[in-house]
Amino acid sequence: MNLRNRTRVIVLLVAVLLLGAVGTGAVLHAADRTARRDQAQPGGPAVTSGAVSLQAPDSGRQLLFRNMAWGPHRDEITTVPADRPDGPRTASGVQCLRFHAAAGTGICLQAQHGALEDTYRAVVLDDHLRELRAFPAAGIPTRSRVSPSGHLVAWTVFVSGDSYAGSDFSTRASIVDVRDWNLRENLEDFAVILDGHPYQAHDVNIWGVTFADDNTFYATLASAGKTHLVRGDLAARTLTTLHDNVECPSLSPDGTRIAYKKRVPGLPADSPWRLYVLDLGTMTETATAEQRNIDDQALWSGTGTLLYALPGDYGADLWTVPADGTGAAQLVTRAAVAPAYLG
Amino acid sequence: MYVADSRSSKAPVAPTPSTGGSARRGAAARAVPGAVLALGAVSMVTDISSEMVNAVLPLYLLTGLGLSPLGFGLLDGIQNGFSALVRLVGGHLADRRGRDGAARHKAVAVVGYGLSALCRPLLLFVHTVPLIGAVIAVDRTGKGLRTAPRDAMISLATEPAHRGRAFGVHRAMDTAGALLGPLTAFLVLRLAGGPLLADGGERHGYDAVFTVSACVAALGVLILLLFVPNRQDGDEPSATAPSLRASLHLLRLPGLRRLTLCAVLLGLTTVSDSFLYLLIQRRLGLSVSLFPLLPLGTAAAFLLLAVPLGTLADRIGRRRLFLLGHGVLLAAYGLLLSPLRGLPAVIGVLVLHGAFYAATDGVLAAAAADAVPAEQRGAGLALVGTGQALARFACSLLFGALWSAVGGSVALAWSAGALALCVGGAAVVLRPSETVATDAIEESS
Repeated sequence: MNLRNRTRVIVLLVAVLLLGAVGTGAVLHAADRTARRDQAQPGGPAVTSGAVSLQAPDSGRQLLFRNMAWGPHRDEITTVPADRPDGPRTASGVQCLRFHAAAGTGICLQAQHGALEDTYRAVVLDDHLRELRAFPAAGIPTRSRVSPSGHLVAWTVFVSGDSYAGSDFSTRASIVDVRDWNLRENLEDFAVILDGHPYQAHDVNIWGVTFADDNTFYATLASAGKTHLVRGDLAARTLTTLHDNVECPSLSPDGTRIAYKKRVPGLPADSPWRLYVLDLGTMTETATAEQRNIDDQALWSGTGTLLYALPGDYGADLWTVPADGTGAAQLVTRAAVAPAYLG
Repeated sequence: MYVADSRSSKAPVAPTPSTGGSARRGAAARAVPGAVLALGAVSMVTDISSEMVNAVLPLYLLTGLGLSPLGFGLLDGIQNGFSALVRLVGGHLADRRGRDGAARHKAVAVVGYGLSALCRPLLLFVHTVPLIGAVIAVDRTGKGLRTAPRDAMISLATEPAHRGRAFGVHRAMDTAGALLGPLTAFLVLRLAGGPLLADGGERHGYDAVFTVSACVAALGVLILLLFVPNRQDGDEPSATAPSLRASLHLLRLPGLRRLTLCAVLLGLTTVSDSFLYLLIQRRLGLSVSLFPLLPLGTAAAFLLLAVPLGTLADRIGRRRLFLLGHGVLLAAYGLLLSPLRGLPAVIGVLVLHGAFYAATDGVLAAAAADAVPAEQRGAGLALVGTGQALARFACSLLFGALWSAVGGSVALAWSAGALALCVGGAAVVLRPSETVATDAIEESS
């Protein structure tokens, strides 16, 4: 090896050391920021361990959600009295990224940290938040719902390809019946009827299931750059389009209206959605008073009000707004996401 | 007039089975040239860097910026088409001569790798969708610029008889980087603190990935600058640079014209990876949780088979193996359409798919190098590669439309039929006897 080659190797080694130091610094900085999330923040909500049940309480309503406040109970499912949502939280010890519950059944979408990659699973919980059964999920959890009867459970995850599959990504929506564990792993297998005609395409994506009863559900179907509200029939295995430009539908308790994200023309690409309500009888759309971009499957907190998450200092905060377009958005509680009401 | 290669007097340009065995001329000749290993290292390191970003970018857009999973596919296709056109520019510019009479392959490659490397730290500062789109576009431009000069350097640095293996080594290193990238990204996110990826709007984990990716990319450019020779052995100094007209007239070379025609024909019937994976999942009953692992299967087979098949190409002829590779792809389509189901069928399709890449990707570049004179190597390789890439882009559009019309399985059956026809047609166009004869005439003239 002559001097010139040696010089090259030395230059390379010095560069490796310098670049390695920069990279290590960046990782350590991020790790330091992360570690802070395990420390409770002054002024944050009080969170204590306690028993959490998914049965309707004897008196008063309960609001459950994933606690995002920094501290030892971060990401755990916590409960608060519905009339004091900003009060002390009771933490269940069960960590979920997404959660919903009804009639003693819960769905919890979890991450499992493996040696080479993170995997995800959809866990069906009994009324004591014990695992009944778990299903592997193909990617990052996004939406989850339990039917009003507690018999059906649905979840949606994002499936992201790496470079070989291109930078496109898609969704997978699954439904399972907790009575016989009959799993419909991919709702894209259902027959699609678009504007009255059978339809097939490679780019069909389904997300955001909401249940009407133990056979009928609503969801978003996307294909060819458009989104549609579909009504699903579990027994017939069909999806029928009802309305355009509907994402993440949420059926009202009386089954007459759908709250949803509407992609409003003219808004910036970073914040394209507003919260709307669709009357299923007249197919008329009503804009809610919430003027900010919404990226959540809203929850009906009664027959006339909606609960939804917006980005906040600790990830997300819960807000409420009337469903009829009146009033104004109000903060419900900070550092919370994925809510469900019991009772 | 047409000198296929500066060494054509010393070594056969188009290897035939009879010369394949006798082409062994000692350890030095058999060893893969240092420049090829250096270029392989550059590609590997650069792929680690870019795949780190690619692995987290969709999730970053989704969970960090709140984007909906709509309409990314087409944008991706358009950018790849643009990148293919930039490749032509890169190839032509790289053939121009510097003051010393040497081609500027390395200079253009440095610009290409450098552009992409500059994009990584930019991701730390842009937080809106249009700006991120712009950064990705610049990254693709860099990729388009560097591809042809890089392959030209590999071909010029290698004895013609060993080019198949040299390209195989390069593609294996390249694919190894593509496999290591997502793992590295995952490791960084893990060290930076667990669940950042999934939720919560924390950007610091992503910032750590982008920073480490930038450092790795810078290392790649440095290896290129330090360890890849400015002039490859096969690049004879020349005072006259090929004009734009000469680059445009490359298709007048019969060998290159035939090869480009075949690459385009076969590219038109090569169903894109994402469609293939979607069909594997739908037809073979694959669990959705295994879906994200499919590309890894193809890459692993590609990685393992690239060198052996590249070496095989040197023995039996690159054009022949290029055709056989598409036969393997046809077998993958057939297996996918067969009544076979379950994991063994999935693994079978992925192995065939990876073997297809191993038998065609580097092999096409090696075959193209046989057909282009050294002084126009960059533009010639770019021409073949661009033709193939644009044909595949067209195939994606056609296949998507066909899927909507008749369903995915029928669309694949039609593609299989078309591929069989194109393989047959290409076999006629690339008839060995004729091409060898023509090349011989061209060499002697």
